[in-house]
Amino acid sequence: MTPRLPRWLWPEVPHAEPAGAARGVPPSVRRLVIAARLRWRRRLLLLRALRKRSELCAITDRTAAIEPGAILGAATVRNEADRLPFFLSHMRRLGVRHFLIVDNASTDGTRELLAAQPDVSLWVTGGSYRRSRFGMDWLTWLLARHGHGHWCLTLDADEIFIYPHWETRDLAALTDWLDRQGRASFGALMLDMYPKGRLGAAQVAPGDDPLRVLEWFDAGNYGVQTQPRMGNLWIQGGVRARRFFADEPRKAPTLNKIPLVRWDRRFAYVNSTHGILPPRLNRVYGEAGEDVTSGVLLHTKFLPGVVARSHEEKTRREHFANSSRYDDYYDALIADPELWCERSTRYRGWRHLEAMGLMSRGGWA
Amino acid sequence: MGVGFIMLCHTAFDRAAQVARHWAERGCPVVIHVDARVHRHGFARMQRLVAGVPGIRFSDRHRCQWGSWGLVAATLSAAEVMLRDFPQVNHVYLASGSCLPLRPVPELVRYLADRPRTDFIESVTTEDVGWTVGGLDIERFTLRFPFSWRRNRKLFDASVRLQRRLGYSRRIPDGLVPHLGSQWWCLTRQTLQAILEDPRRAEFDRYFRSVWIPDESYFQTLVRLHSHHVESRSLTLSKFDFQGKPHLFYDDHLQLLRRSDCFVARKIWPQAGRLYRSFLSDKLAEKSPAEPNPARIDRLFSKATERRTRGRAGLYMQSRFPRDDWDHGRTAAPYSVFAGFSDLFENFEPWLGKLVGTRVHGHLFAPDRAQFAGGETVYDGALSDSAALRDYNPRSFLTNLIWNTRGERQCFQFGPADVQDILPFIAADPHAQVSVVSGAWAVPLYRSGGDFTTIRREAARLQKLETWYLSVLRAGWAKARVRVWTMADFVADPMEPMQTIIDEITPRALRRPAEAPRLVDLTGFGRFLQQLRNQGMQPVLMGDFPLEDEPLAPPRRARPAGTK
Repeated sequence: MTPRLPRWLWPEVPHAEPAGAARGVPPSVRRLVIAARLRWRRRLLLLRALRKRSELCAITDRTAAIEPGAILGAATVRNEADRLPFFLSHMRRLGVRHFLIVDNASTDGTRELLAAQPDVSLWVTGGSYRRSRFGMDWLTWLLARHGHGHWCLTLDADEIFIYPHWETRDLAALTDWLDRQGRASFGALMLDMYPKGRLGAAQVAPGDDPLRVLEWFDAGNYGVQTQPRMGNLWIQGGVRARRFFADEPRKAPTLNKIPLVRWDRRFAYVNSTHGILPPRLNRVYGEAGEDVTSGVLLHTKFLPGVVARSHEEKTRREHFANSSRYDDYYDALIADPELWCERSTRYRGWRHLEAMGLMSRGGWA
Repeated sequence: MGVGFIMLCHTAFDRAAQVARHWAERGCPVVIHVDARVHRHGFARMQRLVAGVPGIRFSDRHRCQWGSWGLVAATLSAAEVMLRDFPQVNHVYLASGSCLPLRPVPELVRYLADRPRTDFIESVTTEDVGWTVGGLDIERFTLRFPFSWRRNRKLFDASVRLQRRLGYSRRIPDGLVPHLGSQWWCLTRQTLQAILEDPRRAEFDRYFRSVWIPDESYFQTLVRLHSHHVESRSLTLSKFDFQGKPHLFYDDHLQLLRRSDCFVARKIWPQAGRLYRSFLSDKLAEKSPAEPNPARIDRLFSKATERRTRGRAGLYMQSRFPRDDWDHGRTAAPYSVFAGFSDLFENFEPWLGKLVGTRVHGHLFAPDRAQFAGGETVYDGALSDSAALRDYNPRSFLTNLIWNTRGERQCFQFGPADVQDILPFIAADPHAQVSVVSGAWAVPLYRSGGDFTTIRREAARLQKLETWYLSVLRAGWAKARVRVWTMADFVADPMEPMQTIIDEITPRALRRPAEAPRLVDLTGFGRFLQQLRNQGMQPVLMGDFPLEDEPLAPPRRARPAGTK
């Protein structure tokens, strides 16, 4: 039985040509055009960062103490006095030698806390977080100025960076290995951690390890696609997609990041640390089936303070390019939900994450 | 009787000095060579670090680029110093600044003293090595290499190609049989002396100067001229990745290194304080005279190589995203897709689940929600049943499900009423076992009753869709294991095809279904099809159903288990 088929019903080839191929432009030309456009985009981003540097005001500039080859940490923070002590101590344990931090108008003592740290260079600004590309313009400037030639770890204060063997091998070992492999960037998945029970009910003292209460995560509901132009991946999913964006998955937060880069003053992060230019740095994944070494950012957003904070962020409208579209998300968080479900997985360390396919040792035995 | 060490250093002098002192203080002389590219401050520092320790010498400095003659020259001058200054030395051990002794010095001394005439050097003819970088083996000895492989790869390759095309070949000095092997060896005084004092040494040196990577072949070849007893293995433990770069050992490798029973390991991460503390401690327990056994720790490193080259099949994540044309392991494990079966049988899902011992899903790609087994709303790995999430990235949905449930066979229903986007992916997946009873979608329509115009329209739509997906499943590029029966054929004898499918799912279980699933009542189905025809729609996918009910096969009972 071979029924006649109308033309439009003929089987599609699953590996269709990428969009745009139909326009008759040869792929080689298209690649060149894309490369040129990305080059200009990178230059404009750098120019923008140069312009935005005037918004920064140095409080403590200890950058003269940066040793050659030291690994640097960079972050933009706002009202993170509770998280910062643990954040800094974890990074120091990993082997970050100096921090470049921008304080965006904190009111909770963050500035005083940071200014007192001997290994932190601190800048403050009252500028708009959103209009500085979520702090990236400020950091791009600081990284270009002080990070050239150093491995730089760019994080948010609510992210705890881990990688294979992190308890026994410090960042110097990791970056040395990446250097040997000829790699200048290192990818990580942002893993949303949450407590069992309502978010607001958890108890955690400032400076405590947030993972003591945020023990749970979603293990296997991450959607991956590629972004053909920049060559980076686009990963969405996790608990936020499951609970807050089940109707509009496209709006779910992006979870892939490239936090660790051997910085060059010509580099620029594009969209938070999800993407970076030049595009070769986005190739932190294997395309021919291989596992490349990667890490995880344990995201501690869902500490009890998130409920009150969502109130504030909803009115500040600084966290999304088009913030009003995210009102439902904030409302859901303000309602103090329980994110835990029967299928949640308890955090048991990096080997467990690796076994579940959320990170990989790759060839780093 | 004694052993002396030659140590080639170019960086991490603190550690190199620590190890050199360790050996020298335990009665083993050390000759240190510091790369000539190291700044004089670095050299002075190294000298300072070992100052005052008797039994440590420095040799003439040569420039030691990777794979260059300098490494051999450095070794030769250090060996001269060793043989000249330390007459008690019977074995000379070549080590690097990033080597670490794994067993107490007396054990090594005793081991070598028991084998006074043995040269430990990996030395293999070029035909027998499988690990050469760049694919060059005998050509290392017969071509010339004016360009650096590391810095001018393109020129290097071009010059090799050119020489091959021209048929150029250098003459290998008479009497030499090229051998290759690890550059870390342990030779007897007699052999080393014979190599150094060979009357033809000038000729050999001149020749090896332009051999590619002579540090892997100079001693390995010449030892064959002078040694009485070559033990072709290295006493130094070193592991290489798939690109031929050495693996580093870190603190967490402590137990592994202990297990290997090797005497020396290379390379050690300079900041692996725990390794240096443990292995340079005098409390290190002496073992029975075990043979070094580097193979004992191979598993970890071969796994790393496998991860780095093949990866974990069916896993899509931030550091593994195979291209579309990657067919090896689209999904993590085999799974079964059933189309039409749940329409024909009333209790198909529980029946199949019981038989093959797994949870059987409903229509995972149903338009309203993913019908997980047991009506779960969130499945393994916190996979949501939301249709919007699933349809946003159906491929990830399926690969995640298969990955999350590794070890448990996944079976689910499919049909033309489902969201079809996933189908080309399934069709191209060798892990998919797809069984289709074509036309069975008409059964629920037939049983639904209701307005016939709507039914007719729906039937036409579903038939079109099923025709499409059948053609996808039968396309030339499809790799799934596809079986299609027309409904008429299937109903005539349902258990035969079912048995085939089940045998494939559970090949070893020689179970026969104890009872057949209940076939729905098809009385009047032939009339229903005729009615569709009368309305101008041509149902073709069911096969030939007789108009009247009599000849239709009655729902047969399969034979109970065990009776044949």
